[in-house]
Amino acid sequence: MLNFSKLKIFTIIIFLIFSTYIFLGNFNFFKKTNLFLDKNINLGLDLQGGSYLLLEIDIQPLKIKKLDDKAVEIRKILREENINYKNFNIAKEGISFEINDIKNKEQTIKLLEGSKTKSDFFDKITGSSQNEKKEIILKIQNLNFNINFSEDFERKIKKDAMSQSLEIVRKRIDQLGTKEPNIQQKGDIRIIVELPGLSDPSTFKNILGKTAQLSFKFLKSSSDILGSEKIKSKIDGSILDVEKRLILSGENLIDAQPGYDQQNKQPIVSFKLDRVGANKFANATKDNVGRPLAIILDNEVISAPVIREPILTGSGQISGNFTTEEANQLAVLLRSGALPAPMKIVEERTVGPDLGEDSIRYGIISFVIGFLLVFIFMIYSYKIFGLFANIALFFNVVILLSLLSLLGATLTLPGIAGVILTVGMAIDANVIIYEKIKDEFKLEKNVIIAFDNAFKKSYLTIIDSNLTTLIAGIILFFLGSGPVKGFAVTLCLGIITSFFTAFTISRLIVSKFILTKKNEIFSLKWN
Amino acid sequence: MELNFFRYKNIFIILSSVLFITSIIFIIFKGFNFGVDFKGGTVIEIKTEKVVKIENIRISLNKNHFENYSVKEFGSNDNFVIYLDIKENKPTIAQDLKNNLEKDLKEKITIRRVENVGPKIGDELIKAGFLSLILCILAIYAYLWLRFEWQFSLGGIIALIHDITITAGVFSLFGLQFDISIVAALLTILGYSINDTVIIYDRIRENLKRDSKSDLQILINESLNNTLSRTIKTSLTTLLTILAILFFGGEVLRGFAFAVSFGIIIGTYSSIYIASPILIYFKIKRDWTKKIDTTP
Repeated sequence: MLNFSKLKIFTIIIFLIFSTYIFLGNFNFFKKTNLFLDKNINLGLDLQGGSYLLLEIDIQPLKIKKLDDKAVEIRKILREENINYKNFNIAKEGISFEINDIKNKEQTIKLLEGSKTKSDFFDKITGSSQNEKKEIILKIQNLNFNINFSEDFERKIKKDAMSQSLEIVRKRIDQLGTKEPNIQQKGDIRIIVELPGLSDPSTFKNILGKTAQLSFKFLKSSSDILGSEKIKSKIDGSILDVEKRLILSGENLIDAQPGYDQQNKQPIVSFKLDRVGANKFANATKDNVGRPLAIILDNEVISAPVIREPILTGSGQISGNFTTEEANQLAVLLRSGALPAPMKIVEERTVGPDLGEDSIRYGIISFVIGFLLVFIFMIYSYKIFGLFANIALFFNVVILLSLLSLLGATLTLPGIAGVILTVGMAIDANVIIYEKIKDEFKLEKNVIIAFDNAFKKSYLTIIDSNLTTLIAGIILFFLGSGPVKGFAVTLCLGIITSFFTAFTISRLIVSKFILTKKNEIFSLKWN
Repeated sequence: MELNFFRYKNIFIILSSVLFITSIIFIIFKGFNFGVDFKGGTVIEIKTEKVVKIENIRISLNKNHFENYSVKEFGSNDNFVIYLDIKENKPTIAQDLKNNLEKDLKEKITIRRVENVGPKIGDELIKAGFLSLILCILAIYAYLWLRFEWQFSLGGIIALIHDITITAGVFSLFGLQFDISIVAALLTILGYSINDTVIIYDRIRENLKRDSKSDLQILINESLNNTLSRTIKTSLTTLLTILAILFFGGEVLRGFAFAVSFGIIIGTYSSIYIASPILIYFKIKRDWTKKIDTTP
């Protein structure tokens, strides 16, 4: 194990130079030149400051809404075919009803099973009419029918809601503007949002937590047909009776901008409708001049203006005692569109920039101290060989950091702890080899053979001991998120690089040394 | 110099058993002081420009109708961590708290950190943490079994469970904050503290192959003596670095560093006094002549 071919030595040296080169590219004073690649270690949010938000979509309301739509369709079919039914009910377990006459049972089953291919509602959702997967599951007991969505279809609802939400979250964050946000899906109902450098994410949190379902409805009047519902007013907290009939929803909005009312200088949001929306709005306002309109956002009346004249241009404004900030946020929400389902922030980790700086400083101090302690200990224990091990250890850190740079990995505070810890672990390989050399000296008088045997025999032991730590590191990688994951990454990589350095750099230096100083070796005192 | 590791064998086995059982009792009956990761809620870390009395922060919080909170100093007396039992995410809570405190204390305040964990996430993290520990133990067990005979893997795993249970027990006993970083620490202990055991087992097996006649106890004791120097030195180097983190790595890493330091120490102890002596009770194979030597 002591012989290195020229090619091998050359490869090792080239590798070290390359690693050092990548490593140095991380430092600002070197980066001013164009000599270095643009490969850097990213600092985690806990080091550079910033905000990590985990959003979760609540799919239940969307499912109920889809069931509602389905129920309308079923009722229509039953009515058309003159099938009498009772106890019609919609719950999260599905739609249930009871038919009155057993004679209709077969026909009802046929109709219901046929409805899913006949209906263009589902075709619109699935995007294909030849979808063979069942969308509804029909359960029949005597005269009782229960209709629920199949698992496949529910998964589909979830998937669609997720991709829409992801897009809307992206839009909202783009609208607010921040440097290098990272938005990604996690699992089927969660979205990770990382906002580096942001010390006060309250605006983002405000915006992201809103569904932003906008609707225009009239306040209840006596000549109401469709019924009404009670909705709280945001302006004065009163409860308003609002018609169920929808005039217009946020879908028809094409633009929204914050501004100020020309007369009273109050902050407002002006909006513009698409052609369909403009037509609907024009028709509705034409017939209802003098009636108060409710503008509803997420089940809260945000404004209840009285229609003074028909609005034919398809543009209007919402004024509702907003602050400038609120008007801005509302405009962003309306421009980006509504989420298909409500979303909540279920986890937040925000680190201010000064804590991040402190953490970097602590990390560097403890790294230097840890490294020095190991350095001194090795020199004390193994003299010149300790120094060799230390040189290898130094390169281990260089290689580890250059590897992190090449991978574009994120360095977190626990990640720094991982680097420091692997310094202590990396040196273990050298300790194991050197202790083995001591053993071998007892059996073997020939220095070269003793060294050679020691390297050979340590090989497997070192793999063994590193592998168990690697197992733990890999499990940790899958458990953790954010900072803890950073620890797992540096731990795993550090273990791999330490194995490499022990059996290349350290072995190379040791072998060169003993091959040139064969005769003096016995005078070396171990311990 | 030959040490007899078996002289006080029974004392150490009793000691370890007592520590182990006490730890389990504490974990079950006292439980852990879970951090926000696991119990959910909101943590806000603030720094004041000048030194502020902690009572004044409490007075201000009471005045502003915060309930179920706790305040403690964090590392220095101008740095505080406020825990609020508010699990849902209120967008402006940190800013509101800051404004209230600045008004009441007449002092400039910087928010250094805000963490909010919903109840569902907390439960998930507890489950994932527990699962990862079990998984890691099983994986190491399987690996040891692959490399050694079952008696060895059993001995190694008993020592590992001993190590992490007692480390967790210390966290329970002293009410130290137990969060996701402590789970990371326990996993690190699992992966690292088995290293010494592996080195010793390697040597035991080597000696077993060389000598099938001598008393097992003598062989194990010899192996422990053979490897003692490297067992101590490898642990010591790693301990040196983790101690550097413990003392100079700042408040955020303190719990983690403490757990790993403690785990390394107890892991080294258990490699020598638990994992190896326990092999005597497991009927280790003595006749290795038929087995093909795979170690180089």
